[in-house]
Amino acid sequence: MIDTLILSRIQFATNISFHILFPAITIGLCWLLLYFKIRHDFSDNPVWMRMYRFWVKIFALSFALGVVSGITMSFQFGTNWPGYMKTVGNIAGPLLGYEVLTAFFMEATFLGIMLFGIKRVPAWLHTLSTAFVAIGTSLSAFWIIALNSWMQTPQGFDMRDGVAHAVDWFEIIFNPSMPYRLAHVLLASGLTAAFLVAGISAYRILRGDTKRAPALALKTATILAAVLVPVQVFVGDLHGLNTLEHQPQKIAAMEGVWETDTGVPLLLFAIPDEASRSNHFEIALPRLASLILTHDADGEVKGLNDFVGEHPPVAPVFFSFRVMVGIGLLMGLVAFTGVYQILRNKHFSNLYLKAALCMTFSGWVATLAGWYVTEIGRQPYLVSGVLTTSDAVTQIPPENVGFSLIVYLLVYLGLLIAYIKTLFYMARKSILIEEYEPGKEDKGHPGQPLDQPLKLAAAH
Amino acid sequence: MDISLLPLIFFVLMCLSVLLYAILDGYDLGVGMLMPGNNEAQRNRMIASIGPFWDANETWLVLAIGLLLIAFPEAYNHVLEHLYLPVLAMLIGLILRGVSFDFRAKALPERKLLWDRLFKLGSFVAALSQGYMLGRYMTGFADGALPLAFALISALCVTAAYAYVGGAWLIMKCEGELQRRALWWTRRSGWLMALGVILVCTVNLLHYPDVYQRWLENPKGLLLLPIPIVCMILFFISDRIMRQMPFPNDEMAWLPFFSAVSIFMLCFTGIGFSFFPYVIPGQMDIWQAASANESLAFLFYGAVFVIPAILFYTAFAYRVFWGKATELEYY
Repeated sequence: MIDTLILSRIQFATNISFHILFPAITIGLCWLLLYFKIRHDFSDNPVWMRMYRFWVKIFALSFALGVVSGITMSFQFGTNWPGYMKTVGNIAGPLLGYEVLTAFFMEATFLGIMLFGIKRVPAWLHTLSTAFVAIGTSLSAFWIIALNSWMQTPQGFDMRDGVAHAVDWFEIIFNPSMPYRLAHVLLASGLTAAFLVAGISAYRILRGDTKRAPALALKTATILAAVLVPVQVFVGDLHGLNTLEHQPQKIAAMEGVWETDTGVPLLLFAIPDEASRSNHFEIALPRLASLILTHDADGEVKGLNDFVGEHPPVAPVFFSFRVMVGIGLLMGLVAFTGVYQILRNKHFSNLYLKAALCMTFSGWVATLAGWYVTEIGRQPYLVSGVLTTSDAVTQIPPENVGFSLIVYLLVYLGLLIAYIKTLFYMARKSILIEEYEPGKEDKGHPGQPLDQPLKLAAAH
Repeated sequence: MDISLLPLIFFVLMCLSVLLYAILDGYDLGVGMLMPGNNEAQRNRMIASIGPFWDANETWLVLAIGLLLIAFPEAYNHVLEHLYLPVLAMLIGLILRGVSFDFRAKALPERKLLWDRLFKLGSFVAALSQGYMLGRYMTGFADGALPLAFALISALCVTAAYAYVGGAWLIMKCEGELQRRALWWTRRSGWLMALGVILVCTVNLLHYPDVYQRWLENPKGLLLLPIPIVCMILFFISDRIMRQMPFPNDEMAWLPFFSAVSIFMLCFTGIGFSFFPYVIPGQMDIWQAASANESLAFLFYGAVFVIPAILFYTAFAYRVFWGKATELEYY
């Protein structure tokens, strides 16, 4: 029997999965754009402006998709999860409020100037607007990660009559898992953007674009990725240790550990079976899980059987975790190969270009897999130890939820196809044109005082 | 701080966000609905006039729903559970509108008309569903034929009002043939809106003794009499002027827009007066629905600093793009 609970969960997962694809790109890409812009401001080398102009268009498209799919989220809590606001609205409300007030308006307003204002404001102000958009997108991540982390590791509140009341906002915002999750997510966004830039640039080069911009973009993205991958591995490890401390049942599911034990092996592959509470087809490296998790080969890892009825479904968490780590390792391999080629040969091989193209959306896959690990890993709770998912769901008849789910799925599928096709179309189009010719269109514009272009525009 | 004051402050803030949303995204959606199928250059110019603003305009909706969620979680749950399908329609409309705006300029040229049509469709769906929800809300989500008819009239009324303010925006931001078309669109939508407002007011007064009493039996009602009177005067003056426009040197091109904005504000004050202090008409007042004081206080202290900053840089953005809309370029 398909009920409102499972349909609402699928619908929320659909919405949030579609939504996260775009912030995952824009948060990182905006800082990269700021870098391009600053390099141009200081060097006057037109290649940086060409890179800026090509990528700002992709940024705009991704941003629009992020905005509209994000609006959906702020309504979902009420339409499908009334128990959520009822129980923890006192905590979630202000955090979401700060996100809107400090981040959304800033990014949305300065986005207009960033995209369309370059001739209307002086260069420094345009660069500043780009910086404000970058800060806005990251601030938005800060608040939403604070709330998400609070749901994972809640603290700083009192329960009175079944409703959470805030006691200490500092404790609520900087809850135990928050700094790790925030760093992990921001780095993931940097990697997603880096591999997108690398992939699309490689595509342009493979399609015969001999201009300097795609080659330089590919080089920049490759170096960025090679720097971020090791940092991400380090932060991911810290995040894992933090989860082990606060949510051991999630770690047990990620590692497929049923019985609490010492010297636990690392499972490269297995098929966890909840009915028999054991794994099939294990491929294991002895004692490695203990070593990674406790930094001691004989360390003790809690097993799922200590949390019967209180642990998440094992297989999705277990597999998602392996997908995330696998993509991460592949990213490292590709990025290091790229850097090696830069240092050794000064140019990229055809094979590397093809590999980069294949990895264009690898950040998406890893990001989604990572979120599935942490969100499914929180089940059966919506807010750990405070509110179960099934207690929060709406009473709306399943037909309505099923209908809305189908509508969302169709719209999102259409948009995803259109988005990917448009990205590659824009890449092909850019092969034939030069994005920016200094001196040609720019005459008299750079460095103009703020008033002058405004008056010009008004006098038209 | 006085315990009962914070819910009131948040209620006022929420109403202001809804009003700003209705005006700002109202003109965006209006422009979207008015897009002519037969003239691509005009469509480009119309989109250019809203290009730098639509995203920030839509953010007022997020703030409004956010404030409802933050300050009145019970009312938020109640409202959204009753409006499940219209909310879906609105969100799909806003999604189509928002993405078409970007896709139209970037996708394959032969797809541009398709995205323009989706832009128009999305704008219509969003406007109609918002009007429908307003109607459902004003009747306290009552069931039956009359409340349904009322919600449908309200849908028509809000849609016409958005087209009215959108047309007036185009009169201000455009020139030449497009401005002349906008004048025609604005006047037609204006009459439709006026008809809708009269119907809504009549039904409200006749059907809701509480509203009737507030406006017509209460001495304070006299103080409110200027609201409908000023509305009508503004509407007729604006209409007469539009009949003679455009003037040489584009004089008074701003007038229809500012008169439309004033009418929006007055109507909104009227609605507010009819239902205050209820968050859900006849069912839940703002103090019953308010969330915990410490949560409101936490957000309030931040809002005191942040909201002036938002207003400041919003004004700055409008100043940067002041004047007639020009070709929208990324450069």
